[in-house]
Amino acid sequence: MGLFSARRVKRIAPGRYRIALPEPERELLTTLVPQLRELLTTDDPSLNRLFPTAYADDPERDAGYHAMVRDELLEKRFHSLDVLERTVEGGEVDEETLASWMRALNDLRLVLGTRLDVSEDDDPMDIDPDDPLAPAWSIYHYLAALQSMIIDALSQEL
Amino acid sequence: MVGSPCAGGTAPAEIQPDVDESSEVDTDTPWVAIVWNDPINLMSYVSYVFRKLFGYSQAKADELMLDVHEKGRAVVTNGPREKVELDVFRLHEHGLWATMEQQ
Repeated sequence: MGLFSARRVKRIAPGRYRIALPEPERELLTTLVPQLRELLTTDDPSLNRLFPTAYADDPERDAGYHAMVRDELLEKRFHSLDVLERTVEGGEVDEETLASWMRALNDLRLVLGTRLDVSEDDDPMDIDPDDPLAPAWSIYHYLAALQSMIIDALSQEL
Repeated sequence: MVGSPCAGGTAPAEIQPDVDESSEVDTDTPWVAIVWNDPINLMSYVSYVFRKLFGYSQAKADELMLDVHEKGRAVVTNGPREKVELDVFRLHEHGLWATMEQQ
């Protein structure tokens, strides 16, 4: 599976998928997952998008909501990261595993995107080499590309 | 980006709610789950999540997703508070920017 192989993710049968990432991409994900896992144990502001406000106009109720769901949200996020890490070598996986990949990649993008302060006008092709964040931008867009392939494969199931 | 609710917020002031009135409103008025536009979630992802969580057709999910994208927000489900809160939780689980309010 070379760097230029077309599809990283393919639906091969109902509920069955094949993941095949080139080694540099597996290494990237293997590097990112523990970083997010560690970040999740903090109250870093870049995590805000992972624990959004439910009751925008009722802070008291919102605090109750967060007290109720925060641990569960956290647990689910750890679980998705664990699944991604455990299956990063690829091969045949089921729908639930691929859905965990999708959510883990989305969580990584939410945190990275918050750090980068992205806007809808940001063009993936428009990377400023003088920007010290240029590599982070490239990773952000790579994660989006991989996530798109997963969504495409999972959508065939619906 | 349009109309993003800010996360967090200040602590509530020492105001005693009118218990009778609020409980009456709770039972009579339906709640809605609102998804807000954000620059990070992919359009295809938002649409997929609507289909997967709520069983919407591709056409309906795409329409709601485009509403979020173009108008800044869309009401995606409604019902009693407990039901809508669960919907919001599942949207949060998927990283979507969802809030709830009474209509």
